[in-house]
Order: sequence, then structure tokens, then C-alpha cells
Amino acid sequence: MMRRVMVRAVFAAAMAVPCTAHAQSQSSATSDANIDARAAAISATLRCPVCQGESIQDSPSELAGQMRAVVREQLVAGRTPDEVKAYFVGRYGEWILLEPSMTGMNVLLWAFPVLLVIGGLWLIAVVVRKWSAQTPTPDS
Amino acid sequence: MNWKRSLIGVGVAVPIIGLLAFGFMRDPRAIPSPLPGHEAPAFDLAVFAPGEAPLARKVGDTLRLREFAGKVVVVNFWASWCLQCQDEHRDLSETARAYADRPTQFVGVLYNDRTTLGTRWISEMGGQSYPSVTDDRSRAAINYGLYGVPETFIIAPDGRIAYKHLGPISSAVLGKWIDSLLTLAPRADTTAVADK
Repeated sequence: MMRRVMVRAVFAAAMAVPCTAHAQSQSSATSDANIDARAAAISATLRCPVCQGESIQDSPSELAGQMRAVVREQLVAGRTPDEVKAYFVGRYGEWILLEPSMTGMNVLLWAFPVLLVIGGLWLIAVVVRKWSAQTPTPDS
Repeated sequence: MNWKRSLIGVGVAVPIIGLLAFGFMRDPRAIPSPLPGHEAPAFDLAVFAPGEAPLARKVGDTLRLREFAGKVVVVNFWASWCLQCQDEHRDLSETARAYADRPTQFVGVLYNDRTTLGTRWISEMGGQSYPSVTDDRSRAAINYGLYGVPETFIIAPDGRIAYKHLGPISSAVLGKWIDSLLTLAPRADTTAVADK
């Protein structure tokens, strides 16, 4: 009886080892894919310093590749996407962000087109109202 | 009614003209760096070109920024494929030699290039008075927010970046900054010492 229990225990342990290893490798692969996806998302927001309006994600240049590696390394080290972006902004300034952040004078950049559209719509409304007021009716 | 229209016209035109004037007064190629005034990023980089006496360092030695505390450090990023680097080479080399007996340290950092090509370039240029180091995977270049080469950083004795220069640097600019910074006591404000 005792022997049978021991055999079962050894068999169970032998089965468990590859299962655990498989689960670990699967989890590691998922984690790698997750980090790659996050790194790609961050890299798509960072401007390549040696290119014309391209992100480091899209650029084939050597420096862009090295910057992508830095993004990935920092994510692996546990930094958040905001911290990774802050690192690059600290080195290159706001210029490194393809989309300027909505802070300080940058708010004007975001607000200006919206104000322009609102102003345009208002102008059209005023002009149309004036025209319709001036258009003579068939009765008149 | 007319003054209302005029007021609206002025209200719309003035900000647009102001915006255009602001744009025309700026150099579109100038990208302001956030680094001057801040602590220089640390580096530990291996020497591949030793330089010449009395500034020589052994090939394979590691140059660490922290070992130059209290000195004015000039960090110049360059490459053998960079044409503009040829224009500044003599100025850098001669300025480094001229300040050899002062608390200064010049460091050349090879950017995205092979050390064999860098060594050959130095030889073709007639030598380099100060040591040059390799920058594996451009980590130092990225830490210094490099756009391209040549770029030169002048670091104050207190470890803060005092000045970043894009393009070839002249001995006049180097001398002006080094002289200003040598007169400064550590921890003094370096941002207003000299302008570009």
C-alpha cells in the first residue's frame, strides 16, 4: 500500500515538472508579447530624431532601432509608459512627442483648430441668416 | 455697426499676425534642448583611441564622468562618416591641448561607427590630442538626447550641462565657455554665464 502511494507520488511529481515548465514558458511568452505590444505603442508616439516626421517605430534608422530597444528595456525594468515617455522628453524635450501633450502653451495648439472651426460655423450662420433675411419673398 | 466689424477684424487679425511673427522670428531647425542647466547623464565608456600626451588614456580604460567632478568636461559626439566633424576636429584637438594644464577634460564619443574606422579617421586627420571612447548601442548618445553628429556638450565643474552645441564647434566658442566655467565655483549657476 505504502509502495503504491509512493509510486503515485513520484509519478505525479514527474508529470507536474513539465507541466509547470510549459506553463512558465507560456506565461513568459505572453508577457514578452505584452511588453512588445506596449513597446510598439510607445515607440509609435516618439519622433525619430534623425528622420522627417517619422516615429521610431516606423523608422528603419539605426538610432530609431536603438531607441526602441531602450523603450523595451525600460518596460522590462518595470517603468510605466508615462515614465518611459518622460525619460525621452527629459532628453529631447517635448519635440520628441509626435503629438504634443495638452499642457502649458501646447493647449493653444489643440484649442486653435477647434476655435477656428467654431468661429467658421458661427460666421456661416451669421451670413446665412443675413442672406435669408435679405432675400425677397415672391409676395414682396 | 462699422466699429463692431472693425473690432472683430482686428481681434481676428492681430493674433494671426502675432502667431506668424512668432514663427518667422524662430529658427525652424533649432530644437531647444531641455538638458542645459541639468545634471549631465553619467557614462562609463571604454577608450578605443588613446589621444596624445599629456592627455592620453590607455586603450581599454573606462572613462567615467564622475571621475571628472570639479573639471570642465567637453563631450564631443562624432563619427568617421560625418563630414562636419572634419571641420571641428582641429579646433577641438588644439583647444584640448591649450587647456591641458587647467582642470578640463575632453572626451570624444564615437557615434554609430566602427572603432577601426574611427581610429583610421583620427590618423587621417593627423591625430587627436584627447581620448575617444565607444558608445555601445548608443546608450550615451540617447541619454544625451543626440540628434546627430557633431554635437558637443560642455559640462560645468558642478556636473551640470552648461551648453549644448549643434554642428561643428569652433575654438572661440569652446574657449569662451571653458574660460567662463573655470571661473565658477562648484554649485554656482551656469545657465546665465554666457550665451550662444
